Amino acid sequence: MEHINWELVDWSRAQFALTALYHWIFVPLTLGLSFMLAIMETIYVKTGDEKWLKIEKFWLKLFGINFAIGVATGIILEFEFGTNWSNYSWFVGDIFGAPLAIEGIMAFFMESTFVAIMFFGWNKVSKKTHLWATWLTAIGSNLSALWILVANGWMQNPVGMEFNPDTMRNEMHDFLAVLFNPVAVNKFLHTITSAYTFAALFVIAISSYLLIKGKDKSLAKYSMLIASIFGFIGISATIITGDGSAKQVARYQPMKLASMEGLKKGSRGAPIIAIGKPKHLKSEPTHKEVLKDLKGEDQLNVAAEGFEIPYGLSVLAFNDPDAFVPGIDDLVYGNEKEGIPSYQERIKSGKISIEALANYKKAKKSGDTEAAKKYLATFRAHFKDFGYGYFDGHDLNELVPPVAITFTSFHTMVILGGWFFIFFILVFRAVMRGTIEKNKWLLRLGVLGLPLGFIVQEAGWITAEAGRMPWVIQDLMPTFMAVSHIESTSVMITFFLFFITFTALLIAELKIMSTEIKKGFSN
Amino acid sequence: MFEALSYENLQIYWWIIISILGGFLVFLLFVQGGQTLIDKLSDNEGEKTVVVNIIGHKWEFTFTTLVVFGGAFFASFPLFYSTSFGGAYWVWYAILFAFIVQAVSYEYRKKKNNFLGSKTFEAFLKFNGYAAPFLLGVAVSTFFTGSAFSIHKDNIVKLNSNVEAIISQWATPWHGLEALWTTEHLAFLQNILLGLAVLMLARLNALLYIRKMTNEPAILSKVNKCIPRHSVIFLVLFLTWFIRLLFIDGFAINPDTKEVFMQAHKYFDNLIGSPLTLLVLLAGLASVLYGLYKANFKQDEKAFWYTGVGTILTVIALFFIAGFNHTPYYPSTYDLQSSISIANSSSSRFTLIVMSYVSLMVPFVLAYIIWAWRAMDARKINQKELKQELDKY
Repeated sequence: MEHINWELVDWSRAQFALTALYHWIFVPLTLGLSFMLAIMETIYVKTGDEKWLKIEKFWLKLFGINFAIGVATGIILEFEFGTNWSNYSWFVGDIFGAPLAIEGIMAFFMESTFVAIMFFGWNKVSKKTHLWATWLTAIGSNLSALWILVANGWMQNPVGMEFNPDTMRNEMHDFLAVLFNPVAVNKFLHTITSAYTFAALFVIAISSYLLIKGKDKSLAKYSMLIASIFGFIGISATIITGDGSAKQVARYQPMKLASMEGLKKGSRGAPIIAIGKPKHLKSEPTHKEVLKDLKGEDQLNVAAEGFEIPYGLSVLAFNDPDAFVPGIDDLVYGNEKEGIPSYQERIKSGKISIEALANYKKAKKSGDTEAAKKYLATFRAHFKDFGYGYFDGHDLNELVPPVAITFTSFHTMVILGGWFFIFFILVFRAVMRGTIEKNKWLLRLGVLGLPLGFIVQEAGWITAEAGRMPWVIQDLMPTFMAVSHIESTSVMITFFLFFITFTALLIAELKIMSTEIKKGFSN
Repeated sequence: MFEALSYENLQIYWWIIISILGGFLVFLLFVQGGQTLIDKLSDNEGEKTVVVNIIGHKWEFTFTTLVVFGGAFFASFPLFYSTSFGGAYWVWYAILFAFIVQAVSYEYRKKKNNFLGSKTFEAFLKFNGYAAPFLLGVAVSTFFTGSAFSIHKDNIVKLNSNVEAIISQWATPWHGLEALWTTEHLAFLQNILLGLAVLMLARLNALLYIRKMTNEPAILSKVNKCIPRHSVIFLVLFLTWFIRLLFIDGFAINPDTKEVFMQAHKYFDNLIGSPLTLLVLLAGLASVLYGLYKANFKQDEKAFWYTGVGTILTVIALFFIAGFNHTPYYPSTYDLQSSISIANSSSSRFTLIVMSYVSLMVPFVLAYIIWAWRAMDARKINQKELKQELDKY
């Protein structure tokens, strides 16, 4: 591969990361708060107690402000696969397009139709119909999460398809395998439950703020009660599905797991780092070398160290204290004893696959069916290494994700997730005992929960996405094979255009929201 | 049930669905049209709020339809999605950008402490209002005038060649914007004409919708003044474009060799050759004209529905002309043989079958949209009414 425009690849990746991370600032709140609104409104309709209507309307206002910017940042993602990843869109569009379309037909219309009734229908439809609309908005937004995560799960673990050499693309042959892809199912559950956790943190943070200011005490406390229960259920499910996620990563993306732990050399009974940090193996790395780590150019010299829990990683990954967990070196250089081929071998095999495909096309064109058949068989035999073939002659570092980033984001997520579990219990206890108002430090921690929640949400996605580099589709297509044919300056321009626009809109959102929050429930 | 259909019929079925989505999208652009009229139709803040709220309650339908249009096109004809979006980069990003700033503008315009100020959010609405219909019109016109790209699927297996390993390559550095100034066969004129026609249609439908939805006398009198002029300008623009379309050389596919070639008045042949297309088109045009008659001479509120249904049918017919009867719907002027047709750009038979089952949800979706639309539009909107509303834009 002599013609790779790395600048284009980097800007395209930067733009996708920017737009996805920005979009994700707003989505978890929509996913979680919509259900909390539905619960609040249900209590209102069942009990007829006006206090719950007041509570709901306050949160609905904040929901609306957040919803608009979530929609604004989301539209790019539907089209960005085409605009910036056009090779990808053809190579796997036959599988990947379907969940995106289903998301639109099944979820987006439901969400947008009923959200309008939720905002503007109070005097136009009956109480009961309005309650239905609120529930359907919640279900619609969560359904959209389902389909986009099915799409994402497929990129991490491509199943249910076969490559068609005549159309030069992967084609779906088992829809249920794509939908019930274990990675997709787990990813969906992990993501939505973490979003519920985040929405609970949001409600607690703002209620805490109002309590500190001595405003609308009773309504804030009721909100906190709902949120602490909702959040506790959310975080418990997040932890369980997170464990499931780790096991799937171990199985389908061992290199991601090795980077998440900064594990250089694998072993049986591998320990897990409870708290630690990634380090450059050279004793005094220069600033430049550290930068190279971050950019993913020198991963073979990075490993993490810290306080370890014995056997932890083997148990986490395989439920077996004696299981072998491969490290970065085992995967890159191979480990004969454990039956792991080296990347060089996989590159060689992938190259055979790609060349066989090229030869198949030639043979087919010249009408030589015998030869075509032979080449096709070779192509299929080596297809599992297809993507590695593109790394022929490349630096092996390119095949290792940015370890420092993956390690740090993964550990940030786990540590803060553990804290939230305790936090929701503390809040629930304080609300029930009636001590929450006086418990200033817990209220301050409550306010702090919101920024921490943002950090965890983004850290989760960084772990999942930086950790699978360099693949857009695991083992099949690297990022540099997926881009569109555009000038890197064009992508740079759109990158900054989005950066400036999204930032301005974010500032507007935060200002509007804080103004509304200061008004409290009574307005 | 869909398994019984041939691959070809599944492709046709999906082209019909894309056409219908396209029709609804153009119809729903009345929201954008309305955004270009907020100043024209209001003399004070109170009237402006009425206009903004009337059209604002519908913005999400247009937005969602655009997103679904993109998603459905991706799922059913991925080669178009990858080639057009990745190639006509600037056109699509201009359209998308216009929708990004629209999505927050209704919600944030009147909110306190909104950082950018009401005027900025109104400017966003106007930008979206002008840019989106115009550029979507231009983009659809290129379905007939062509674009400059090439497609070589084998590029991804050429490990040691000098070619970039990218399947679809755009041949101009303007990435789609050249549609506005390509002089060959006066393509720019044709493209701009349709862009302007769609913009005027969006405004016209907006005027009719606003007239249907308010009883505020001051706004109504301004609306009534605008309707005749808009009707005439739209008809002149659209008919000029359409009549020219029937007589230009079109792109055709030889059914036996699959070779693409230029054919005199191809689109006229497509229209005359297919009774269904002709019927849909005539019904669409008749409905639009009847709506305009009702609007201009009878002051009938239902005019909006006549022009609306007419818009949808006419767009569907145009998509049929572009895609059926051995016609590449996204032709390349740079490399004729790279032209994209229903047959060479669709998803696999299996995926089309799966998606066809999904399409069975569409009537259900339409039903609840119609229900919600009626529930929300049962009462007219005026200043007095809005004062009682807690939530408004």
